[in-house]
Order: sequence, then structure tokens, then C-alpha cells
Amino acid sequence: MHPIRRQRLQWVALIVVAASIAAALMAYMLGQNASYFYAPSQIVAGEAPIGVNIRAGGMVVEGSVDRSMDSLEVSFIVTDGLENLQVTYSGILPDLFAEGEAAIAAGKLDNNQILHATQVLAKHDENYMPPEVADTISEAYQRKQQQHQSEPQEALQ
Amino acid sequence: MIAEFGHAALIIALCLALVQAVVPMLGSFAGQRSWMRLGYSLAVGQFLFVAVSFACLAAAFLADDFTLKYVAQNSNTELPSYYKISAVWSAHEGSLLLWALILAGWSAAVALFSRALPLPMGGRVLSVLGAISVGFGLFLLFTSNPFARLLPVALLQGADLNPLLQDFGLIVHPPILYMGYVGFAVPFAFAIAALIGGQFDAAWARWSRPWINLAWMFLTLGITLGSWWAYYELGWGGWWFWDPVENASLMPWLVGTALMHSIAATEKRGVFRSWTLLLAIFAFSLSLLGTFLVRSGVLTSVHAFAADPQRGVFILIFLAIVIGGSLMLFALRGPAMQKVLAYSGWSRELMLLTNNVLLVSAMTMILVGTLYPLIADVLELGKISVGPPYFNFFFVPLVIGLLVAVGIAVTTRWRKTEGRLLLQKGALPLVISLLCALVAPLFLGADRSFSSYSAGAALSVFLALWVLATIISDLKDKIGGDLTRVAKFSRSYLGMQLAHTGLAVCVLGVGLSVAYDESRELRMQPGDSAQVANYQFQFVGIDRIPGPNFIAHRAEVRVLQQDRLVTRLFPEKRNYNAGGQVMTEAAIDPSLARDLYVSLGEPLGGNAWAISLQVKPFVRCIWLGGLMIALGGLLAAMDRRYRRRLSQSANSLVKSAAANDGAADEGAL
Repeated sequence: MHPIRRQRLQWVALIVVAASIAAALMAYMLGQNASYFYAPSQIVAGEAPIGVNIRAGGMVVEGSVDRSMDSLEVSFIVTDGLENLQVTYSGILPDLFAEGEAAIAAGKLDNNQILHATQVLAKHDENYMPPEVADTISEAYQRKQQQHQSEPQEALQ
Repeated sequence: MIAEFGHAALIIALCLALVQAVVPMLGSFAGQRSWMRLGYSLAVGQFLFVAVSFACLAAAFLADDFTLKYVAQNSNTELPSYYKISAVWSAHEGSLLLWALILAGWSAAVALFSRALPLPMGGRVLSVLGAISVGFGLFLLFTSNPFARLLPVALLQGADLNPLLQDFGLIVHPPILYMGYVGFAVPFAFAIAALIGGQFDAAWARWSRPWINLAWMFLTLGITLGSWWAYYELGWGGWWFWDPVENASLMPWLVGTALMHSIAATEKRGVFRSWTLLLAIFAFSLSLLGTFLVRSGVLTSVHAFAADPQRGVFILIFLAIVIGGSLMLFALRGPAMQKVLAYSGWSRELMLLTNNVLLVSAMTMILVGTLYPLIADVLELGKISVGPPYFNFFFVPLVIGLLVAVGIAVTTRWRKTEGRLLLQKGALPLVISLLCALVAPLFLGADRSFSSYSAGAALSVFLALWVLATIISDLKDKIGGDLTRVAKFSRSYLGMQLAHTGLAVCVLGVGLSVAYDESRELRMQPGDSAQVANYQFQFVGIDRIPGPNFIAHRAEVRVLQQDRLVTRLFPEKRNYNAGGQVMTEAAIDPSLARDLYVSLGEPLGGNAWAISLQVKPFVRCIWLGGLMIALGGLLAAMDRRYRRRLSQSANSLVKSAAANDGAADEGAL
């Protein structure tokens, strides 16, 4: 083979190998570090994995925020309108975290379906609702509507 | 009335841009010199009209004209007047107008300062810039008009500017960042003009280089300011979050950095020509992608984008035309790599190639990590967020490789460098930096012992010292005992050394602040105290204090070191009157060696508050390094040879290129 051609071939081979390794690594790392979002009703239905980093969120239920008296432990309940999820967290909550407002918690589920959050996110201005929460609540609302529609029919039968 | 005036000015600017896009380009093919020359006056005229339009919007903000929807949504009568001005670019419509203004500004600058360009080239460059202006003008007028009225007037006081944005950082950060983003339109236009005209030689590279350096300088400054702003304003003490919006600015920066280095090789050695063109296209495409990501609403939700598709679809089409069109042109006109790099020796070309491979790899992995959640959402694979570990896993090794390469590259020569020479010059810096790095963590740790030895700190000290030592060794060689030679160093050489020094300082800051950061979140009552690192934090008490448009809870925290008062800090929790929003205002005692950072959480009943106490060693070095990098870029852009040669005619320019490279120039890129 012509030396220049061989040189080119070596380069091409090197690039192909390097790119494949890089692509495989990226896919693997994405899989490892992507955390999925689950709605409270999905978690109650057992769809979410236990002991894996996930995110969950909804509206913080009025009166559910319970602060410990001697530490920064806090627990609260989020809801998507269908089901509730208990969340525990230790630390400072974001400025715009409030009862009756949307919040997202990132952390791991335990066997009792309590989310131990390592991070709590709230909206960052008064009009904004995290899209995951907005979607979740509207989906839950639609499901509720469907249930209401089907109930009277059952009664008639 | 003033709003209609601004609206009209914007429409006139769009018309001028349209002519600027079409006539000089046609003229360059028809050989009509007057048509081509028209581009120059049109660019300046377009800038004036966009500036008038922008001034009108600013005047509407100052006059609290809440009949304008945009003003009503983003301002408030109580807002101090400097924030009324910065509120102009606080949201979508206004920041796009700022985008358009800056683009027109860059075009006018090209028209005014590149008079020595050959006419067909200059005309085509301005024509491409005009076409981009047309795109943004249409976008502004048809989807995001800041002059749209809100009648009848619904808000008498205005909805208020998001308190997070009521800050000095927001006054300066967006304009500077946009200067960088939009600045890459200029090398992009040069690249397209070169592809159309078929001329991309050393002269072309020399014309584009100062523009690349300037745009890159602004982008560096913008990212640095953004990181600093997030640090003190968000109240968490973090300086980089791998947030999609941050990634959107980092990607064009990485490609822009690669472009700066690759075009150096193109100018000096004529290699990597098509690669350089491709990078110029990508740098601007990524700037546009960043604008799309931040401005289309696609980040907040793919569904929000689908629900209000007008803006997003427009940017997407615009993006497709710009990227698709320029890549098509590249495929047609950009020749295949003519020169295969000789890799037998450690040439400077090889080191620049290494730089480019590392930087473009970093950009690619950030692009994948940023877009993956969007793609997954579109394909209904679930709602995913990609965490910092992904980005750190790839970015850290790539940056380590980059710093090692910087140290080697300084010593290399063009074409070929003997391995022996590299060893000879690199041995001493290597030994010094290795030894210092192994010992340094013993003195840097909180308790100065083996138990707190940090390998991460050792690594960052090694990388920073390696770069610094090789720079010093190179300066020593160049000076060679004769200090008068310093005066002969070209600005691009000094700029390069300064920017690389800044990189070392920045990496030192990142490494040490990550390794030795200590923080505690506590429940504290007045009179409580807590120990963080070597500092004693005493919570003295809390007061309610009125501000101009908010009421603040202000705490007093005393910081002591060995019973000696270091400083008193006053973190605040603010309640804004207009929107009822709550905001944390952290209190920071800055110094080069460490920051003391205190922020208030929420009240916990009684007098108790949640308080975050942080000691952050060397965190300032991150932004100091960023400033040095930016300054290095500025210095390189001001190199005399760009102006000297621009004043000569294009022909002699090429010929003199080789002859004029003096001894001091030799080391510079």
C-alpha cells in the first residue's frame, strides 16, 4: 500500500475506534446518571425503582410540611391530585418552596414508598410551574375526569 | 408614541438589512463595485436604526409605559431606574432586540474597521451579516415584538422584574455574553464569504483572527460573569451547575477556543483550512442553538414548545437554514483536507490538533448530555434529567489532557520539534511542578496533616504549576538575559501566555475549592455558634430592615478565628412588595485565599433560622483566571500586525506574511 494511504488508513482506523469507545462510554454514563421523573400515582402503583436516584414531584399538600424542632429535618407530602407521596429531606428548602405550590424532589425511594430527597427544587418565579409537575397534574386531572364519566354509566347498569 | 417610533425604526432597520443582504452579494457576482460598497453604509445605517429602536424601548421602561405588554410584565414603578434599564433585556422580546442591536453593532464595526478588505470579500461578509439580521428582524417583528400594546391597561404598577434579576450581575452579564454569542457571526460570515469566493488562505485567516479573538473575549467574560453572578445571587454558593443554559454558553466557547487555535495553524502554516472553516460555522451554529435552547421554551418543556410553537418553529427553521445551508455550501466548496499532518515529530501543528480534538470532544459530550433529555422527551422515553456526574466524568479528564498539552505546546515549534529538545526543556518544569504538587496538599488542608491529604488538590496544583512553569521557562528562553527583548514581544504572544496563565489560575481555583470546600447547614438561634473549617461562626441576631422595593430580614453573623474577629456578615432574606417573592441575599467575605459565605434559609419558628455556613478556599481564582483568559484574548486581538497589514493592499499582504514574522513573533500563535 502507498505510504500516504497507509497513514490515512491508520488515522481513519484510530478515529473510528476512538469515536466508538467515546460513544459507548457516553451512552453508558448517560444511563448511569439520568434520573427519571415519576408522578406520585406512578410511585404508589409501584412503577418506580427502589434505591435508585429518581425525581418526583407535584403540589405540596397544605399543612403537610413538618419541620423538626431541633434539626433541619423536614418532611412533606406532594400530590398529583390522585395519590400522595411522602418526602423527607434534611437541609435548607428553596426560597419559593411553599405549601400549595409545585415542588420537585430528587432522591431515592425506600421500601415504604418514602422518598429520601437529597435535593428539593421549587419554581423560580411566581408564575412558573415545573413542566413535569404541570404535565403530571393535568394527566391526573384527565384520568379523574374519565373516572367521573364512567361512574354514572356503571350506576345505570 | 415613543413605542410607535421604536417600532417604525425596527421596521426600517429590517428593510435596510434586507437590502444589505441582497445587493452587495449580487454586486460581488456582477462586478458592480458601487453595489458592493453599498453594504458598508447600509450596515452603519441599520445599526443606527436598531439603536434608535432600542433607545425607544428603554425610554418606555423609564417612563413606566405599561400600555406596552413587555414593559408591564417586566417592570414596576417602584423599580430603581438602573434596573428599569436592565429590565429591557430581562426577558424574551427585549433580549432579542439586544441580540439584534449587537449584531448590527458588529456589522457596523466590520464596515468601519475592515475597509482594507478586498471589496468582493467585504461586500459578501456584510451581506451574510445582513442576512442574519433579516432573520432576527423577522423573528422580532412577527413573533416577539417588544412594542406590542396591552390595551386596556391591566397593570397600573407593572408586574415587577424577577428579584433574582434585580442585580448588578444582570445589568452587565447578558450584554457581554451576547457580544460573544453574536460576535461569532463575524467569523461565520467570513467563512461563508470565503466559501462563496473560494478564497481561504493565510490572508483570509489574518482578517478573521482579530474578530474571533474579540468575540471569544466577550464570551469568556460573559461566562465568567455568569458563574460569579450565580455564585453570589442564587444563595447556594455553587459556581457551575451544568445547567442547560450554562451549557448553551459553554459549547460555543469550546468550539470558539478550538477555532482560535486552529486558525493560528491555518494562518502560519496553511494547514487545517477546511477544518477551520467548519469550526467557524459550528461556533456560530452553537451560538444560535444556545439562543434556541434558552429562548424557545424548549428547555422548560418540550410540550410548552409544542403548545406555543410559533417562536420555537421559527428559530428551528432559522437554525436549519443557517446550519444546513452553510454545511451544504461547505460540502460543495470546502475541499477535502489537502494536507495530511506529518506526525513523525512533536510539531506545534500536532499539539494544536490535540487541542482541537479535546475541545471538540468536550463540546460533543456536553451537546449529547444537554440534548438527550429533550430527545428522550420527544420520543416519550420518560422525563429525564442528566446530572453533573455525567458531565464531570468526561470534562475533567479532557481538561487534564488539555493542560498537559498546553505545557508541551509552548515548547514545540512549527513543522517539527526534536523529542530531545522537548525533554530538555520540559524536564525541569515537570520535576518542579510534580514535587510542589505532592507537597502542597500538606500545607493547604485544614489541619495540615496526612489525614486530610487531597489527591484532587495535588492534581490541580500539578496541572497549574506545570502550565505556569513551562510558560516561565519559555519566557526565560525568549528573553535570554536581555530584558529589552520584552518590549519586542508581540501582543499575540503576550496574550497567549496571559490566557494560558489564566487557565492555570482557573484550574487551581476549581481544584482547590472543590477539594477544600467545607459547608454546614444548621438550625441556629441567636447566640448559637458553629465551627466550619478553622472559622467560628456566631449567629448574633436578626432584624427587619426596609429596602427600596422590599422588606428584608437581616441577620448578623460574626466570624472568628482563634477568638479574633475576622469579619461581620449580614445575609438577608428579602420579601419583594410587588410579586410577594422571597429572595436570599448571601453575605460574602471575599479574599483570594478563601471566601466566607453565609446565607439564610427559612425561619424555623421562635427565633431559630436555617443558616448555611460555607468556607470556600481559592474560589476567587476561578473568576480571576477567567478574567485573565479574556484579557489575553483582548491583547492578542490588538496585535499590531492585524492593523499594519490591513492598511496594506491585499496582495502585498500575502507576500509580506512570511517575511515579516520577526523573532519575537515566532513563538506566538
